[in-house]
Amino acid sequence: MRVSMDWIRDWIDLPADITAREVATRLIDAGLEVESVDSLGEGFSGTALVGRVDQIEELTGFKKPIRWCQVDVGSAAGGVRGIICGASNFAEGDHVVVALPGTTLPGDFVISARETYGHTSDGMICSERELGLGDDHAGIIVLDPADETTVGQDAAGVLGLGTEILDIAVTPDRGYALSVRGIAREVATAFGLAFTDRTLDLVELPAPSDTAAPWDCSVADASVADLFTLRRIVGFDPKAPTPAWMRRRLIAAGMRPVSLAVDVTNYVMLEHGQPLHAFDGSTLSGTVRADRAGADRRLVTLDHVERTLDPDDIVIRDDSGPIGLAGTMGGLATEITDDSTDIVLEAAHFDPVAVARTVRRHRLPSEASRRFERGVDRVIAPYASAHAAQLLIQFGGGTYVGMTAWESPFEPTVITMPVDLPSRTAGMPIDIETVVTRLQAVGCEVEIDTGSLTVTIPTWRPDLTDPADLVEEVIRLGGYDAVPSILPAAPSGFGLTREQRLRRRVALALAGTGVVEVLSYPFIGSEDLDALLISDVDVRRAAPLLANPLRDEQPMLRTTLLPGLLAAVRRSLSRGSDDIALSEMGRVFQLREGQSPSGVTDAPRPGVHERPSSEQLAALEALLPDQPRHLAAVFTGHRERAGWWGPGAEFDWADAIQAARDAAAAVGLELEVAQGSDAPFHPGRCAQLSVSGHVIGYAGELHPRVIVSASIPPRTAAFELDLDVLIHHAIDAVPAPQVGTQPVAKEDLALVVAADVPAADVAATVREGGGDLLESVRLFDVYTGPQVPDGSKSLAFSLRLRAPDRTLSADEIAAVRDGALELATQRHGATLRGS
Amino acid sequence: MSAPNKSYDPVGVASLEAEAIDAMVSAALADIETATDLDALKAVRLAHAGDKSPLALANREIGALPPAAKAEVGKRMGAARGAVKQAIEQREAQLAAERDARVLVEEAVDVTVPTDRRLRGARHPLSTLMDRMAEVFIAMGYEIAEGPEVEAEWFNFDALNIPPDHPARSMQDTFFVGSSESGVVLRTQTSPIQLRAMLDRELPVYVVAPGRVYRTDELDATHTPVFHQIEGLAIDEGITMAHLKGTLDHLAEAMFGAGVRTRLRPSYFPFTEPSAELDLECFVCRGASVGDPSNPCRTCGSEGWIEWGGCGMVNPRVLRAAGIDTDRYSGFAFGMGVERTLMFRHGVTDMRDMVEGDIRFSRAFGLEV
Repeated sequence: MRVSMDWIRDWIDLPADITAREVATRLIDAGLEVESVDSLGEGFSGTALVGRVDQIEELTGFKKPIRWCQVDVGSAAGGVRGIICGASNFAEGDHVVVALPGTTLPGDFVISARETYGHTSDGMICSERELGLGDDHAGIIVLDPADETTVGQDAAGVLGLGTEILDIAVTPDRGYALSVRGIAREVATAFGLAFTDRTLDLVELPAPSDTAAPWDCSVADASVADLFTLRRIVGFDPKAPTPAWMRRRLIAAGMRPVSLAVDVTNYVMLEHGQPLHAFDGSTLSGTVRADRAGADRRLVTLDHVERTLDPDDIVIRDDSGPIGLAGTMGGLATEITDDSTDIVLEAAHFDPVAVARTVRRHRLPSEASRRFERGVDRVIAPYASAHAAQLLIQFGGGTYVGMTAWESPFEPTVITMPVDLPSRTAGMPIDIETVVTRLQAVGCEVEIDTGSLTVTIPTWRPDLTDPADLVEEVIRLGGYDAVPSILPAAPSGFGLTREQRLRRRVALALAGTGVVEVLSYPFIGSEDLDALLISDVDVRRAAPLLANPLRDEQPMLRTTLLPGLLAAVRRSLSRGSDDIALSEMGRVFQLREGQSPSGVTDAPRPGVHERPSSEQLAALEALLPDQPRHLAAVFTGHRERAGWWGPGAEFDWADAIQAARDAAAAVGLELEVAQGSDAPFHPGRCAQLSVSGHVIGYAGELHPRVIVSASIPPRTAAFELDLDVLIHHAIDAVPAPQVGTQPVAKEDLALVVAADVPAADVAATVREGGGDLLESVRLFDVYTGPQVPDGSKSLAFSLRLRAPDRTLSADEIAAVRDGALELATQRHGATLRGS
Repeated sequence: MSAPNKSYDPVGVASLEAEAIDAMVSAALADIETATDLDALKAVRLAHAGDKSPLALANREIGALPPAAKAEVGKRMGAARGAVKQAIEQREAQLAAERDARVLVEEAVDVTVPTDRRLRGARHPLSTLMDRMAEVFIAMGYEIAEGPEVEAEWFNFDALNIPPDHPARSMQDTFFVGSSESGVVLRTQTSPIQLRAMLDRELPVYVVAPGRVYRTDELDATHTPVFHQIEGLAIDEGITMAHLKGTLDHLAEAMFGAGVRTRLRPSYFPFTEPSAELDLECFVCRGASVGDPSNPCRTCGSEGWIEWGGCGMVNPRVLRAAGIDTDRYSGFAFGMGVERTLMFRHGVTDMRDMVEGDIRFSRAFGLEV
C-alpha cells in the first residue's frame, strides 16, 4: 500500500515538523512494515512554473508535428519564453508546466536552453512521465482551469512534486492497513494524536430523485456476501475529468488514472479500504445478485479474458447471467465506458474464503480481492459508496436516485480475556489502565469485570479473534523494546541423539580424508536416472513427483544422491578444478509399497482444535514417502597431486571403496565388501557394501557408459550408501582391544587361486584356518602373469602371529601357516606359490 | 710365545719394558689423533687396541714373567691399555659428533616447498553453521528435533493455524508432492517440526530444529528454492516474551560477540501471537554507521540492524492442535534463515555460491565457520 503523506495529514492533525521518515519509524515499531519512503517525481530538482501558452506556431517540414510556442512564465522568470514542443494536445491560453533551464528531471535529465528545429528552446513543457508523475506521455500536462493556477506560480506545488509517499508491505492479518483510514489510525496512535474516523461520517447526499428507480439487489447465496448494496446515479457526464488532486493521489498510490467513474471507485477504496465496482446501468437487466456461478460456465472479465467458471466461484449476476467475479474483477459487458451516463455502484462485504478460492482458481489477484481476502470492515459498504456517489456527482454531475441493500444480521465479535494475560505473556507488569487504553486506541470497546476484560472488537479488525490477538495489540502499542530480556533455564538435556552424533562423526571423518561436502537440490528427472543406467524396474524409479516442479524435466524427488553430486562435479570441472572428491549427506525420497507418485485424493485432514488421535497421526505418516538419509561421494582427478615428490596418484575405484570404509569406521563398523553389480557402476569394478549381512550400498568405478552420458572424466569413482542403516548397526560401545605384549612373529604366505576367487574370501579363510594365534592377515600383493598358471592369480598375505603369554615356537608358527594353507586349499583350491 | 715360567727363572721380556710400553702408547695416541674419520679410527682401534695389537701381544707376555714382577708389569700394562682405550673413545665421540653435524647440514631441505600432496576436505559451511548454532542451544539444555522434508500439509499448514484458504498460504510458494490435493508438500518452513516435537515429547519441550526447506522461488543472487532454517521452540509453564528476547540475545552473543543485541518488531505469523520480526544489531558497526555517510557499513547497509528471522509466542491454537493445556503452558518459537546468516556473517554476496556445489566454495571453510 502506497500512500502519500498529505493524504494522511488530511485525516489527522500531524504536526508539520514531523517528517515521513519519523512516521515510518513509528509505524515500523507498531508493526507496519514501511518498505520505503520516496516522493512524487523523485529526482526532480530545480524550477517548474505554471506558464500560459500565448502563441503557437506549427512548424512544418519535419517528420512529426512540432510547435514553436511563446509561453509566459511570469515576469519574475523573464516573462515570455520561446519553447519547442512535440505535443499537440494544448491550445493557446492553456496553462502548462514549464521546466526552466538548469532543472533536473527524474532520470537525471538536465534541461538546458538549446538550438533545435531552427529555434532556441528556452525550457521544456513537461508531460506527466517526464516529471515522474505517471505513465502518460501522449501529451503535455494541461492544467485544469478548476485548479485556478496563476502564471508564474510554482508548478511543483500544484502537481504535488516532492510529496512524500510511504510504501507499506501489509501482512495478511492487517487488512485495515490497506486503507488511508487504517494507516492514519496507526499514525495517530503512534504519536498520541486524536483520531476521528471520517469513514463513519455519513456523507451528505442529495435527496434521492424519483426520475429513476434505485437498482434492485439481492444475495442469492448467503455464503457469498453478508452485505450487498447498490447506489445509482443517472445523467452522469462520462467525459468529466478527474480533478488533478485526485489523479495525483492515485498516481502516488501507484494507480493509473482512467476515467472519473473508475478513479472515484479506486480513490474511495484507497481511502476507506472498501472495494467498489461501478456498472454501466444501461447494460444491466433485472436484479443484481451476489451468487455462486453454479451451472453458468462463461464470463469475459474486463481484462478481455474469457474465463471458464467453477460452480463454486462467487459471481455477481443479473438476468443475463454472470456479470462479474465477486470481489475480484468486473465483467467486460457491464463495465463503465466513455459513454456511460447511468452509474450503478456496488459496495459489498464478500466472504474472504470464497474470494480467496475464486482468486486462486483464476490466478487473478486484484486490489479488491487483496482487501477482501485480508478482511474488509463489515459495516462500511454504505458509507464508502455514499462517499463515492458524492464525488461522482460533485465532479461528474448527474442525479442521485437512491440505494438498495441486502444484509444478514451482524453481531460484533466479543472476546473475554484475563486482565493479566498481556502481562503474563510479555513477562513484565502491564497495569489494567494501560491494557484498556491501548485496546481502546485500537478501536475496541472494553468492559472490566472481575479478573477479566470483555472486549468488543471493532468492525475493521476481523483479524482479532482470540485473546492472544489482543495481547499482541497491547504489547506492540507499548513497543516490543519495553519487553525485558531474560534467559530461561531449560531442564538438562541429553545432548545429541546417537544418530545425530554419529552423522556428525561420519561427516567429519570424510572431510578429514580430503572429501568436500556439497548440498545439492533434490530435484531430478527420469533422464538423470537413464544417464545412470538405472533400469525401469529399479526401486530408484519409484520417486515421489512434484505437482509443480520448477523445471518440467525435473519433476521427481531424488532417490539417489548421485545426480546432484555429478552435476556438482561437472560444474567444478567446468570452472577449472581438476582434482575432485565431493560428498553429500542428505535425504532421498522413496515411495513406499503401494504409494502412487501422484499421491492420494482423500488425504486425511484431522481437526486442529485438539491433539489428533494416534490413528489420525498414523494416517498422516502413511501419506509420506520413506525419506532415508544417504551418504554418497564421487572421486575424479588426483588423490595425491603431482609435485616435486613425483607424479602423484589418481583416484580410482579403490578410493571409493576405502572412503565408504572410512565412513563406516567412523562409527566403529567394518564394512563387508563383496563383488557386486549395480547401476551406475562398472560391472567388474563394483563393490557391494554390507553391515551385519544387510546390503547398505555400492562403491566402485562408474560404468563407462555413465561416464559418457554424464560427461565426467573416465575412471570416475563413487559410492552411495544408506546412512540410516549404517548408523542403526553401529555398536554402542566399542570393546577395547587386547593389546598383546609378547613378541610378534611375521610370516608371508603366497597362495595361488583361480582368478575369479575374491581376495576377501581367501583372506577370511586364511584368518579362520590360521586360528587364534593369527593376529592379523593383510593382503600385500596380487600377481597374475607368467609365473602362475593361466586363469589363476597369486595372493600374497603377510601374517602376524602372536600368543598372549609366550614367545611362539617355530613349530607353532609352522602350524598356523599349515592350517591356513590347508583350509585355503580345501575351500578355494589354493596352492602354495612356488611349490 | 714365551712358555710359562713356573719355576722362577728371571727371563728378560723386552716388550714389557716400561720404555717399550710407553712407546706403544705414544704410537697409538699419535695414530688416534691423526685419524680423520670414523673409518680411519676403526683401523686405528684394530691396530692399537685389537687382539693383534702390540699392546695386546705384549700383555700376553706377562704370563712369562716371574710372579714377583707380574703385579707391577700388569699394573703398568693396564694403565697403558686404559689410556689407549680412553683416547679412542674420546676421539670416536668427537668424530661422531663431527660426522653428525656434517650429515645434518647435508640433509637440510627447503621446507618452504609445497607439501600439499593430499587435497584438504571440508564440510559445507551451512552444515557447520547449523551445527554451531544448534550447539549454543544444546549447551543450554535444548535437544535437536527433526522432521521429514516431504511433509503432510496438516503439519506444515493446518496445525500451524494456516487453514486451507488462509492468505498466509500464498505468502509461501509451496511445492506440492503428488498433486495439489494430495495433502503432501515439501515443507516450506521448519515450523512443522514444532508440532512433531510437541506431539512426540514430554513437556516441557526445549528444542532446536535445523533443516532444509523449500519454496518455489527461482534461483538467483538472493533467492533459492531450497534453503535452510533453524527453528527454536520452548514450551513450559510461565514462558514469556521476555524469555524469547533473552534467548535470542544469548544466541546473538554466542554467534556474533559479546554485547550484540537483538530487536523485535511487531509482525504477523499465523503460528505465533504476538509475532515479531527479529533484527540483529549490526555486529560489525554496532550501529555506528547510522547517519554517518563518511563511515558506511557494508554488512548492515548503514541501517544498524540486520533482518535475521521471525519469532513470537506460540499461538495457543497451535498448542491446542498438539493437545497442550494452554491454561498451564505457554511457549515461544523463532526461526531464521541459515543461508542469510552465512551471507551476512561471512560476506557471501551471491546465494548461488552456496547451492551450486563448486568445490572451491565449501573447501575454503574447512571444518569451521
